[in-house]
Amino acid sequence: MSLSLENLTCNCDHGSTDEEKYALIGQMIDAYKDKEGSLIQVLHAAQEIYGYLPLELQKFIALRMNKPLSEVNGVVSFYSFFSTKERGEHTIHVCMGTACYVRGAQKLVEALEDKLGVAVGEVTPDKKFTLDVARCIGACGLAPAVMVDNDVHRQVQPSGIDAMLKQY
Amino acid sequence: MAKINDKYDLSRIKYNYRSEMGRYEHHIYFCAGAGCISCGCADVARGVKESLDELGLNDKVKMIETGCIGLCSLGPVMLVMPERIFYVGLSPKNIGKVIKTHFVDGQIAKNYCYQDLKTKEYIPCIDDIPFYKDQVRIALQGCGTTEFDKIEAYIATGGYATLHKAITEMTPQEVIDEVKNSVLRGRGGGGFPTGVKWQAGHDAVADQKYIVCNADEGDPGAFMDRSIIEGTPHKLIEGIILGGYAIGATKGYVYIRAEYPIAVNRLSKAIDQARAMGLLDEPLFGTDFQFSLEIRIGAGAFVCGEETSLMESIEGHRGEPRQKPPLPFQAGLFGKPTIINNVETFANIPYIIKHGAEGYTRYGRVGAHGTKVFALAGDIVNAGIIEVPIGMPMRNIIENIGGGLIGGKEFKAAQVGGPSGGCITAADIDVPMDYSELIAKGAMMGSGGLIAMSTDTCMVDTARFFMDFVQDESCGKCVACRIGTKRMLEILQRITKGEGKKDDIDRLLELGAVVKDTAMCGLGQTAPNPILSTIRYFRDEYEAHIFDHRCPAGRCQALTVFEIDPQTCIGCTRCKKHCPTLAITGELKHAHVVDPALCIGCGACYSSCPVDAIHPTKREEN
Repeated sequence: MSLSLENLTCNCDHGSTDEEKYALIGQMIDAYKDKEGSLIQVLHAAQEIYGYLPLELQKFIALRMNKPLSEVNGVVSFYSFFSTKERGEHTIHVCMGTACYVRGAQKLVEALEDKLGVAVGEVTPDKKFTLDVARCIGACGLAPAVMVDNDVHRQVQPSGIDAMLKQY
Repeated sequence: MAKINDKYDLSRIKYNYRSEMGRYEHHIYFCAGAGCISCGCADVARGVKESLDELGLNDKVKMIETGCIGLCSLGPVMLVMPERIFYVGLSPKNIGKVIKTHFVDGQIAKNYCYQDLKTKEYIPCIDDIPFYKDQVRIALQGCGTTEFDKIEAYIATGGYATLHKAITEMTPQEVIDEVKNSVLRGRGGGGFPTGVKWQAGHDAVADQKYIVCNADEGDPGAFMDRSIIEGTPHKLIEGIILGGYAIGATKGYVYIRAEYPIAVNRLSKAIDQARAMGLLDEPLFGTDFQFSLEIRIGAGAFVCGEETSLMESIEGHRGEPRQKPPLPFQAGLFGKPTIINNVETFANIPYIIKHGAEGYTRYGRVGAHGTKVFALAGDIVNAGIIEVPIGMPMRNIIENIGGGLIGGKEFKAAQVGGPSGGCITAADIDVPMDYSELIAKGAMMGSGGLIAMSTDTCMVDTARFFMDFVQDESCGKCVACRIGTKRMLEILQRITKGEGKKDDIDRLLELGAVVKDTAMCGLGQTAPNPILSTIRYFRDEYEAHIFDHRCPAGRCQALTVFEIDPQTCIGCTRCKKHCPTLAITGELKHAHVVDPALCIGCGACYSSCPVDAIHPTKREEN
């Protein structure tokens, strides 16, 4: 239980090579094996360790958890939090909740697309940022809000984008 | 940590914490809610510590990090006790001065207090601020006034004593009766009476039952549950254990959004503390009852806020709804009887058990007692979290508590109940905020998101926004929702582009009725509400888009160009600088002009103009 939560939020080094990462994911799966309905929690942790969930990794998880690949893939493709594509070092989520939308989030997205030269859902060529939009992140009092990794930036204006990105 | 075995242990912890705190003359309640955290409150907190060190005040003043104090738009904020002086808009730069003025000079640093925008007066005492004056805090009690990360702090406010009372002195049926008599209704959206639900859970016979807390707060514009979890995680835990005791469940789950990492973190820490003190996973207070609680983290699917989808997700599957019946209390999680309640509902339980149903029914009105937490957002001055007695007129919330609209703009409508709800117009602003009254107006209480919109908002575009959201979040299991929302979105998209057809309004009404009647779960059944409600109240706006190709609010880009009033324009050049298409020309100190052929109707000039010289107008067709 505590394992999953630590893995979800920690920033520690999860090993550098693919083998190390797979080994770590394997260990984690074994710890979860007897818990009912833990697939989503395993996928969370696996994505935290590996960065994203490519088909190879889904196969590995399916085999190790003794589940059909179709079930694992079905879950991965259902939830927007899981990504099957490689992600940038940092993920920018522009909140598109009602409050942020009303206060100009759409313009902010366009300005970020211009600035980073990528469309929503894509990774910058230097693999530094993934640009994404989010459903309400619950920071409506601070609209328009942008979440970079776990940091929420308040009342971001197109003119403030540079200052925000510089922090990463 | 020592285990808690009886009420004397609770009293001891309470006494120790209080005497520890009593050593200080002043306490600073420093808001560490998610809103303030994102305004950089960590740096300010460090500033407070440094100032206290520097000025040698550490024996006199104690800083406590608390959950959300409520006025999120003015963060970072802090409350100085016992004087109850409230400081807002703090920064690493001004904090040293505030601390020195208040604690060394013994004066109120007035300029850093709340300022009433209408009277320009500074209001130092929190109780005098209109935002707080009319509030009644039950679900939010302790949020903003207790240390969220110490179980001792919660116990010192009487926490877990209610649990002790219930488990040692009351039968499960007595607990349920108390909740029934309080007429508490579900605070997550449905509004089903909690006591009735618990009775069904209690009466179900099974070897295992579950109680689930729905913390998948996905409505755009709603952040009440998040504030409760972050501010008083132990109150939620106590409420869930009480629910478990009442229905006879020994295991509980909290299903929480992955988008709320701070809330997940604080709640899991609180669960660990409760476990270490023997309140979870062990027989409670020497009785046979024991309870375990686990967090399950969602993965970004709005539909998982629907109870049957939520159970699917906890089981590790795709979060698609189940056919009802069987209802969750008959066969829910893992096929066992399951009771699911919302965070705010659970947060009311300790109060109800402690003060009895009479204590709770003092507030609110017949049929819907108690209080409701709302998240105020949108074009409103005091955005944040509030809790008011049910039945308070919306005008009071918007004008007094919310402080009116930003920039003194005119109120047009409020979206109540998120994407499942509807709008309340300026004509109905005196509507009491009550389940049945809101439904009569075509909106619903929902989970409590309240988004104020000014006359700058286009209602067709708002409906399109919500439909875009719902369509994207539709899980695709049933045809009505999967295809119905898609078709409705397409119609709205073409209307906002000026390509609407003459029978589009009728088509939306017909489709809306079908989706409402035939969708499988709550998401689809309520999805057409924003459309139906905006057509009901703003049919003229739809018609303006369809027949005149005009967006009255000037929001729909394809239909709008901006023009500058040469009499009002002061020639500051600001609009020219902001225009992304170089459509604006003019010299400094001379009136500027927009070239309609180049204008894309983005409104960048409109929002940059300091003198309101720019206005949207209809795009002429060539």
